[in-house]
Amino acid sequence: MIQFDNVTMVYGTGTKALQDVSLQIKDGEFAFLVGPSGSGKSTIIKLLTAELHPTKGKVKVNNYDLDRIKKKQIPYMRRTVGVIFQDFRLIRQKTVYENVAFAMRVVGASEKEIRKRVPYVLQLVGLDEKGKRFPDELSGGEQQRVAIARALVNNPSTIIADEPTGNLDPARSLEIMLLLEQINALGTTVLIVTHEADMVNRFHRRVIAIDEGKLVSDGMDGYYINEEE
Amino acid sequence: MKKNKSIGYLLREGIRSIFRHGFMSFAAICVTVACLIIMGSFSLILYNLNIMVRDLEQENEILVYVDENLTEAEAKSVGSQINLIENVEQSRFVSREEALENFVETQDDETLFIGLDSTTFRHRFVVSLTDNSQMAYTVSLIQPLEGVADISAPYELEEGFRTIQRVLEVISIAIIAILMVVTLFIISNTIKLTMLDRKDEIAIMKMVGATDGFIRLPFFVEGFIIGLLGAGIAFGLQWLLYDLLLANIATADSLQLFNFVPFVDVLWVMIPAFAAAGLFVGVFGSLMSIRKFLDV
Repeated sequence: MIQFDNVTMVYGTGTKALQDVSLQIKDGEFAFLVGPSGSGKSTIIKLLTAELHPTKGKVKVNNYDLDRIKKKQIPYMRRTVGVIFQDFRLIRQKTVYENVAFAMRVVGASEKEIRKRVPYVLQLVGLDEKGKRFPDELSGGEQQRVAIARALVNNPSTIIADEPTGNLDPARSLEIMLLLEQINALGTTVLIVTHEADMVNRFHRRVIAIDEGKLVSDGMDGYYINEEE
Repeated sequence: MKKNKSIGYLLREGIRSIFRHGFMSFAAICVTVACLIIMGSFSLILYNLNIMVRDLEQENEILVYVDENLTEAEAKSVGSQINLIENVEQSRFVSREEALENFVETQDDETLFIGLDSTTFRHRFVVSLTDNSQMAYTVSLIQPLEGVADISAPYELEEGFRTIQRVLEVISIAIIAILMVVTLFIISNTIKLTMLDRKDEIAIMKMVGATDGFIRLPFFVEGFIIGLLGAGIAFGLQWLLYDLLLANIATADSLQLFNFVPFVDVLWVMIPAFAAAGLFVGVFGSLMSIRKFLDV
């Protein structure tokens, strides 16, 4: 579960990135977080991954109070959240299998557990035949699938996808979105941060809109117009 | 429990990383070797200088003159009292006749002293001390002994040696400390370059929930191996260079005055010193570099 209670975030430079934002995303929900560039979306992601701490208010993710979390607890909190980035962030020198296995090794999984879980997750994202390939040998859509597999492999309760289709063509984007929907159907909370209005409107899901650091709308089956497009 | 499962992987990663960043690892090892050889050479020079000063100091003896009214037998008995004093290593009796003979031998024209009576001189003891820094105190203990007329002690020379030793000590500590800091800085920057290459990897590790200890361990292993390899190579080269230097000194007449310690005599000091210095710069340099990258 994700919960923001009256969260304000002011950077050291004095920039007010978020102002009194309150929202809640329940376990198993699928939601879009939308807004134009500079609206505060990236700040929200950084707060959700404990890269930043709020200036005011409370941030709670999967039972961790991030406004007063101890530094030592952050890695354990991050293991409950799978993050997917627009630029995939894969390790070029590692194969697809190794990129996914790497996330399990980080949490101290045994080789036996890794050998069992990684092929299953690769099959789930449709890459079971490409485990031995390197990221540069794959298409953008396939690379994003590897990133999704890596985010999924430790069975997190929440997936946060930051512009997951930003580098993909419409067909591949749709595939990725359908995959994320499928993951949500298995019980994982999914929050997709995007500014792609077409994609958001195609899915008829909850849409949380922010602008200039303020929550401007939050509704089921939301409709989003990106004025920048 | 879970930590143990990943240790093997982390050790392998550390070793693999040395080969993956072969050129940088080679550069780091070369820097370690160069700096350790400079530090080692300086330490060896200072060690030898210290020994030379100590040897010269050992030759620094005091003269205890015996009362001229005592017979030779009575004068000799003073020696047993002198030997009882703590810090007296040994005393050697020198009779009037021997003293005269020694004096004449040191003169350019010995004929001038033919017929000089030995009673001009006093019986004396040449006393060597265990610890020359306690010279003044020891003299104060000998002075009141019955039969002792006068004492000649080379305090100034002794103080001179002490000053040289102190200066050498300060210089050596300062230079080794400076070199250590320079080496650490260079190693840390060399390893930082390999880390820049892996900045994204570290950020991904942090993002998927790696603890700082998990991220540090491969770099620790890498620094450990680089430090140890550097120390091993530096030690071998140092031995070779030192032996070459000794061989050259042995053939140069003008340098015969200097008596250098053979490398095998300092082997058991040099091995742990090189290993400790290499491991310190390797591991500490590596951990210093990673600190910045962990703030994600």
